[in-house]
Amino acid sequence: MTLIREHQGAGGAGGESGKPYRSKLFNYQQLMGYLFLAPTLIIFFLFTVLPSLMALFLSLTRYDILTPIKWIGLQNYQRLLGDSVFFVTLRNMLLYVVMFVPLMVILSLLIAIALNRPVPGMRFFRTLFYLPMITSSVAAATVWVWLLQRNYGLINQLLALVGITGPAWLADSDTAMIAIVMVTLWQGLGGNIILNLAGLQGIPRMYYEAAILDGANAWQCFRYVTWPSLRNTTFFITTVTLINAFQLFDQAYVMTQGGPGQATLTSVYYIYQMGFQQLQMGYASAMAFVLFLIILVFSFLNMRFNPEVAS
Amino acid sequence: MTRKFTPWRVLRETIFYLLLSAVGVFMALPFVWSLLTSLKDDSEIFSTHWLPTHLTLAHYAEVFQVIPYGSYILNSFVMAGLGVITNLFLGSLAGYAYARLRMKHKNFFFRSQVASMMIPSIITMIPTYLILRSFPLVGGNNILGQGGYGFLNTIWAVVLPWAVGSYAVFMMRQFFMTLPEELAEAARLDGCSEFRIFWNIYLPLCKPALATLAIFTFQAGWNSFLWPMIVLNDPKLKTVQMGLQVFSSNHSTNYGPMMAASIIAMLPMILIFVFAQRYFTQGVAFEGGK
Repeated sequence: MTLIREHQGAGGAGGESGKPYRSKLFNYQQLMGYLFLAPTLIIFFLFTVLPSLMALFLSLTRYDILTPIKWIGLQNYQRLLGDSVFFVTLRNMLLYVVMFVPLMVILSLLIAIALNRPVPGMRFFRTLFYLPMITSSVAAATVWVWLLQRNYGLINQLLALVGITGPAWLADSDTAMIAIVMVTLWQGLGGNIILNLAGLQGIPRMYYEAAILDGANAWQCFRYVTWPSLRNTTFFITTVTLINAFQLFDQAYVMTQGGPGQATLTSVYYIYQMGFQQLQMGYASAMAFVLFLIILVFSFLNMRFNPEVAS
Repeated sequence: MTRKFTPWRVLRETIFYLLLSAVGVFMALPFVWSLLTSLKDDSEIFSTHWLPTHLTLAHYAEVFQVIPYGSYILNSFVMAGLGVITNLFLGSLAGYAYARLRMKHKNFFFRSQVASMMIPSIITMIPTYLILRSFPLVGGNNILGQGGYGFLNTIWAVVLPWAVGSYAVFMMRQFFMTLPEELAEAARLDGCSEFRIFWNIYLPLCKPALATLAIFTFQAGWNSFLWPMIVLNDPKLKTVQMGLQVFSSNHSTNYGPMMAASIIAMLPMILIFVFAQRYFTQGVAFEGGK
């Protein structure tokens, strides 16, 4: 409790405790404060609070814009249990998450450790590694479609140099998801490298000096100094990467249109099809809610694996 | 520690740079390869020549002949630009109020906004569409929001829902917190209005934060794809990303123009990145520090 008070004192109004609440100055400031906040709060209510409540309501109805809305209780959720396509999308998302998230967390950390070394050339490499993160997902996906082209794509040409016949990446249901993992890694690594670098630079040098004095080798320095010190950063990266991974859409839409078959059909893609192409807005809302719950469960599990950070 | 060039050390450093360069090639090749392809003759694109024997801008010209890419670019600039203006102005107004003005209930509002950042956008997508569609008294709607299409098929359908993101408010609030309070006290004693204290004293001190926020907001607007695709049906209002997607799915084997169009779509962000890399890295690092 004291902690919260202190935080408010330092963070909030400044000197709230000293002055009486009903002074003229306070009234004027409060009025101005609400005026300053008004546009933000109106937009926040209209486009965040209201839609979140509406989503729950819509998921319990049948609504297609053209005919009047109809309350159907839990029927959408019942229908969902028998919808094999929705389960296919969940399986696809799980496959994607299992490949993408660990690779992202490990690679971004390894690269950040490399870039953090005080050796020449690191500025150049940093700029190079950050560059993909500014591209749009559509442009990145378009470029990679060409890179992964079966006969003349660069990837398969490079593979041919070492005597490997590359697959038809996007036309093959075994490799299509791997291709999407590659593209999203390419685009997403830069941001997480920055986060890890910021974390690494925040570790006091004397921790390492003490460890080396105690006879620690490079691996032990990493295991007992770097890794524990980066716990917060790793937790943040894992959480955000998970939440975003479950909402994959752009790359799947541009590169494979969900195919071949339904091999890369993502949940958001299916929700988009249901809601905006077939206008089954109630059912789509129910699916969105279930996806939200799944994301929550995964975030929660992630928290359980990192109890020190979460508390 | 003395640094000697022992064989082991040389080998280790060589492997280090080789690995790093391999990752560098992975990062750079998509840019290099798409640029090269966009400048090659059609005959050379489908060959194993890696470097073009002569350069041509024909593919770039073709993009603008086949689709009205110029107007798509303009649309994207307008939508992303409006987003930057509203987020910077409204976001800093709200951030200042949260950080520096004494008022009741502000902590409740602030915490709600921070908590809302956890809600995935897929949840609010359909209801937001319906709210925009049935907005009263716009786009042919009556007072009950019926009869027309509301904000749909206007740039406001793209701009309004993100006019002031909770992220912008949060970031500006954190920045205002770092500025000294005494500046306002003195001005208040002189009878300065709260808006002028905000506008003339505090806002000019926020330039680094505003620059970072401007870049991130512009990037989000310029690169956004799914939402504009949902709310904009009018071909005249198409954005760069929508145009690029339609173009590449209609000309899916015409890689020269496809790469030219991609390069054009990436160019504004690449330019901003080259000139303002510092603000990018600061912005991302801030996000992680919250």
